Amino acid sequence: MAKVHVTTTVNSETVEFLCDPNQTLLDVLRDELGKTGTKEGCGTGDCGACSVTLDGRLVCSCLVLGVEAQGKAVGTVEGIANADGLHPIQQKFLENAALQCGICTPGLIVATKALLEKDPNPDEKTIRYWLAGNLCRCTGYDKIVRAVQDAAKDLAHPA
Amino acid sequence: MSSFAFATPASVADAVALLSDAGDTRCQMLAGGTDVLVQLKSLDRTPRTIVDIKALPETNALDIGSDQIYIGAAIPSAVLNENAELKALLPGLLEAADLIGSTQIQGRASIGGNLCNASPAGDSIPALIANGAVCVIAGPSGQRELAAEDFVVGVGKNALDKGELLLGLRIPKPTSNTGDAYLRFIPRTEMDIAVAGCGVRVDVDGNGVCTAARVAIGAVAPTALLVPDAAAALIGSKLDDDALAAAGAACSAAASPISDKRGTVEYRQKVVGVLCRRAAAIARDRARG
Ligand SMILES: Cc1cc2nc3c(=O)[nH]c(=O)nc-3n(C[C@H](O)[C@H](O)[C@H](O)COP(=O)(O)OP(=O)(O)OC[C@H]3O[C@@H](n4cnc5c(N)ncnc54)[C@H](O)[C@@H]3O)c2cc1C
Ligand code: FES
Ligand code: FES
Repeated sequence: MAKVHVTTTVNSETVEFLCDPNQTLLDVLRDELGKTGTKEGCGTGDCGACSVTLDGRLVCSCLVLGVEAQGKAVGTVEGIANADGLHPIQQKFLENAALQCGICTPGLIVATKALLEKDPNPDEKTIRYWLAGNLCRCTGYDKIVRAVQDAAKDLAHPA
Repeated sequence: MSSFAFATPASVADAVALLSDAGDTRCQMLAGGTDVLVQLKSLDRTPRTIVDIKALPETNALDIGSDQIYIGAAIPSAVLNENAELKALLPGLLEAADLIGSTQIQGRASIGGNLCNASPAGDSIPALIANGAVCVIAGPSGQRELAAEDFVVGVGKNALDKGELLLGLRIPKPTSNTGDAYLRFIPRTEMDIAVAGCGVRVDVDGNGVCTAARVAIGAVAPTALLVPDAAAALIGSKLDDDALAAAGAACSAAASPISDKRGTVEYRQKVVGVLCRRAAAIARDRARG
């Protein structure tokens, strides 16, 4: 199978890779680019563990082809913390114990960031609907919702 | 020897040429990929050329004209729902698009893809039919148009011939006296497949009398269906409880569902009637409001 050459940006960094035309962006991120923060839960769009942004829009990377990233901007969980430390969303997930096994967490962090950029002060219902495509088998969701609310407060009024 | 390949035609003419000259190579069009990738992983892994049609101007255009609205086939649901003017004009259709999957799915899923995928439970399909949508199709012999209710011809089958693609949907522009609505029933509140669905569009005059109506049902037959008897029950009435009940009964009668884990035949027939009554009431209130 002829590989395709793709140039894209991942977390503001220009990257090039070769991929099969039917390879998913999720597989490219993990297997070709070594960015294993993005997780695979289902591979069929149901769990959200593979959430990334594509030109700023939240998508499941398991339902995007690697070749579709050509000329686009991909955002993954690796791009959220910076040199100074964790992003407030990550910090609040830790403080609220909003994770146990952690497999859903990268997807939830990416999805939460996309939500708070669109709606800095979401109510609980908005949070639950926005995150309905991010499944978590461990926490029971309440702590996640609290972490998101806390992160929203923190971002609005940094301590 | 066949293998996977990927193509992004730059124009409709290029896309049509690619699709029609493919010979034995199988081509599959790609919009948001939320059906294509799932099917590629689970149902059918055979090699093909994937033709990405979502970069074409025609599949991305959104045009709100003086008497028609054109919606490009490949526009993601999230993009449609961010358009306040469109949402005010076609709230029912946009609610149907908004029901498709999670936030992540809506970032990619298009109503053109939903229609072409031709699932009996596709949520935007009854809403498109109720809104009198016309499919704008490009092919080797130029463009043609087909009513949305004639586009889906069977489970997973649409009316496109070899070399054809769906460019977009043309919808008669609602007036201030038009209202539309779409409701589906699912056992959960999010992320599920419709047990039954119903789309309604009505026009009312100054006295509240219904002057035009279209009703379509989904997930209760191999394809979504236009139900003329339900529309007839609404037209000429004041959209009172009796008229809505008669329309609901017509939907129940038109349904020919299957029994599966999500609902029995009897249950779906009943529920589709209830959805029709409720959707018609919402459409009525929007038309009057
Ligand atoms: C987790 C999840 C939840 C979902 N929930 C729902 C739901 O609640 N309701 C629902 O109705 N659907 C649901 N779906 C199914 C799917 O998201 C929708 O059918 C969606 O609208 C498909 O649009 P797309 O742009 O992703 O299409 P694609 O996957 O790109 O294409 C779908 C089909 O149409 C063909 N096609 C696409 N565009 C064209 C064109 N312009 N011309 C010709 N052929 C074309 C493709 O070849 C393919 O066969 C869900 C899917 C997932 C993964
Ligand atoms: S791995 Fe993509 S949604 Fe589950
Ligand atoms: S922490 Fe284990 S799945 Fe969410």
